[in-house]
Amino acid sequence: MSTLDQPAVAPKLTEEQRHDLLERTWREPPGFWGWFSNVNHKSIGKRYFVTAFIFLLLGGVLAVLMRLQLSRPENRFLGPDEYNQIFTMHGTTMMFLFAVPMMFEALSTYFVPLMLGARNIAFPRLNAFSYYVYLFGGIMLWVAFVMNVGPDVGWFAYVPLSGPDYTPGKRADFWAQMITFTELSALAVAVEVVVTVFKLRAPGMSLNRIPIFVWAQLVVAFMVIFAMPSVTLSSTMLLLDRLIGTHFFNPAEGGDALLYQHLFWWFGHPEVYIIFLPGTGLVSTLMVAFSRRKAFGYTAIVLATVATGFIGFGVWVHHMFTTGLPQMSYGFFAAASLMIVIPTAVQFYCWIATIWSGHLNMRIPMWFIAGFFFIFLIGGLTGVMLALIPLDWQVHDTYFVVAHFHYVLIGGAVFPLFGAVYYWLPKITGRMLHEGLGKWHFWLFFLGFNFTFFPMHILGLRGMPRRVYTYQPELGWGPINALQSAGATLMAAGVLVLLWNVWRSYRRGDAAGPNPWQAGTLEWATSSPPPVYNFRDLPTVSGVEPVWENPPDQPVVAGLHEDTREVLVTRALDADPDHRTEFPNSSIWPFLAAVAVTALFVGSIFHEGAVLWFSIPVAITLTGWFWPKGNEAARRRERDKWEAQH
Amino acid sequence: MGGAALNRRTLDVSDLPNVVFGYRGLLWWGTLGLAVIEGAMFAILIASYFYLRSRTSDWPPGVMPPAMLYGVLQVICYALSVVPAVWVQKAANKGDLRKVQLGLIVLGVFGLLSLGLRVGEFASLNVKWNSNAYGSVVWMLLGAHTVHLLTDWYDTLVLTVIMFRPSLVEGKRFMDTSENSDYWYFVVLAWLPVWFTIYVAPRIL
Repeated sequence: MSTLDQPAVAPKLTEEQRHDLLERTWREPPGFWGWFSNVNHKSIGKRYFVTAFIFLLLGGVLAVLMRLQLSRPENRFLGPDEYNQIFTMHGTTMMFLFAVPMMFEALSTYFVPLMLGARNIAFPRLNAFSYYVYLFGGIMLWVAFVMNVGPDVGWFAYVPLSGPDYTPGKRADFWAQMITFTELSALAVAVEVVVTVFKLRAPGMSLNRIPIFVWAQLVVAFMVIFAMPSVTLSSTMLLLDRLIGTHFFNPAEGGDALLYQHLFWWFGHPEVYIIFLPGTGLVSTLMVAFSRRKAFGYTAIVLATVATGFIGFGVWVHHMFTTGLPQMSYGFFAAASLMIVIPTAVQFYCWIATIWSGHLNMRIPMWFIAGFFFIFLIGGLTGVMLALIPLDWQVHDTYFVVAHFHYVLIGGAVFPLFGAVYYWLPKITGRMLHEGLGKWHFWLFFLGFNFTFFPMHILGLRGMPRRVYTYQPELGWGPINALQSAGATLMAAGVLVLLWNVWRSYRRGDAAGPNPWQAGTLEWATSSPPPVYNFRDLPTVSGVEPVWENPPDQPVVAGLHEDTREVLVTRALDADPDHRTEFPNSSIWPFLAAVAVTALFVGSIFHEGAVLWFSIPVAITLTGWFWPKGNEAARRRERDKWEAQH
Repeated sequence: MGGAALNRRTLDVSDLPNVVFGYRGLLWWGTLGLAVIEGAMFAILIASYFYLRSRTSDWPPGVMPPAMLYGVLQVICYALSVVPAVWVQKAANKGDLRKVQLGLIVLGVFGLLSLGLRVGEFASLNVKWNSNAYGSVVWMLLGAHTVHLLTDWYDTLVLTVIMFRPSLVEGKRFMDTSENSDYWYFVVLAWLPVWFTIYVAPRIL
């Protein structure tokens, strides 16, 4: 089928002309309406980054408000109703609107195609659709909050509290429908990531040459596929109970409140790994780039990531240890919760070995990786403590748990993410960030984090429960809370320094060049920022770090039509060339479809008939999305080359 | 790289086909992804059914199990529909437009028939969604399957219209036809455990 010519027949076009041609083919429409038609993975990825970062800031503001309220006993800064809404919105925003969209959707959409040597992500229109659905879901939730109908039932919205009897009004409905939006978006990206990784890899990138970060995102995509349907179901059941009188969670009519908890945590615990595994992928990536050697134990790291993905589905009941369960459940889920430490430990040892045997270059991204090591390790250790049932019973619903999961999530996701900002933002913008400001950012955030969250362990052990809006002075929790609130201001200052650094870099940062860190993966084999078509010559690879390992005469892919968005599809296992296919052009229909879906989802909160009526615009917009254009069909028909018939 | 690229070794892929079927195609993988997501959803929903079952001694609680007639007819309808689905898929893989047109129409008729039977099924559940938790979960199971039935039926309809407009017919549409059959197989396969849960489980548990 495909052949290796040596040397190549000289192309008919000059390099300059090819650049112009590719630019014309792949560029997105300009102007206001063009913005809504964009289907390039880098544009959509950037929107995911910016939107998720704004939600991080909003969630952070809520955190600061909570810390102000708790800074002294009997504080009257916030009332109990406001406080309930604020802690619910904080958790919901951070988990559903920041953590997953940032760690999975944003990073995957932007970097996975680049790291695989592809021109775009698989199903680019679906990718655009997923972004708008996420954006509209987030806006809906926040508009509801600003209008004082924000959810106030905690980020997991347990029944019966969130059910029709105890939360009348629309507050819990907005929460449940926000789930539908964000899960739809994440599921769409999960399918795109799986197909991109399986079928759009550069020739030569067999399974054992896939970048570790891409492996992590692939495992996460599978976890999304198996976990998210569960929470979509539980929140839909909750909505149905609230809106049309079903009885899924109503014990009086044969329903069961614990069913909700099972369904939620079947999603909710894998969710932790959905957020954390991209972090480990980032750690591996940065560790390799700054140790200047290939990953020690590549296979072990990949298998550990896969193992974590599997075991992550066997631990959900440890969130329910205090609900009264069969003895067998306690034993099984406590054992699984302890076992999941093993693959994470394997990764830790591989990272240590990578640094040990490499030539560590302690640039600013690595500071955040060091922070990750320290903080995540503590979070992991308190996790082992919480897997022990007697301790879990003591500290359940106390600040000990709050401390634990902030160490895990901020340590496991936010620190690697900040490292990745310093590492990858130069690729996105073409400009470096300032290292000195980066150190200020690191120390303020690192110290602030530990001042805020370490004392929470002690508070929790002393019995302070979560989710109380205030406490009495004689309980003696005042000084520790004041210290934590001071720490929170340091964290906020650290984030402000980051914002200033990004702004400064945007205005007058040093030019990054294609590969400022001399790293080895394919995103560094093109300019910064990459052209709209990613690579002028589509690469082939002969190692896991192609920029380091490819010989000078490594072939490039030739023979694709460059006047249309034609891409090469490779085989799933060995990434040998398989066939060519044409990617869709820019289109406004995914945006319109997202608007129609939003009307359906939001409308259904207010009237069940909305599902019926708004399904008509949904059908119309989806038809418009898939409807082919006559001239494009004619051109493709002309060029169609059918597979050999058997 | 620059000018050196002119003399680089190349991997020439111009001979490769662009109309491929089955697991080679991107859309096949996309359809599979959708089927896995929706399959997980059905599995969790069925697990919820049996969870609720385990919480009570009387099942179905105070009502008759669903009448069998329409459910059994539906199983027969789906079993027969696989024949045109396979037939149209084979025709699509060969690029036989006439057969594809005919096959899509037949498949559309089966979809319509199945939707008609579905109305009968809802009417013979012997319980309302708001009667009790059993009613809620049964309605949700049947409703979730109906959503898939409707979407695939509509998808078949749109594809049929396209296939009767010669200016729009091309290799990609034959690939779509092939994937439409794959999605139909999923609707049929998903029906078996759903059918078992709704109709058989309450009689033998």
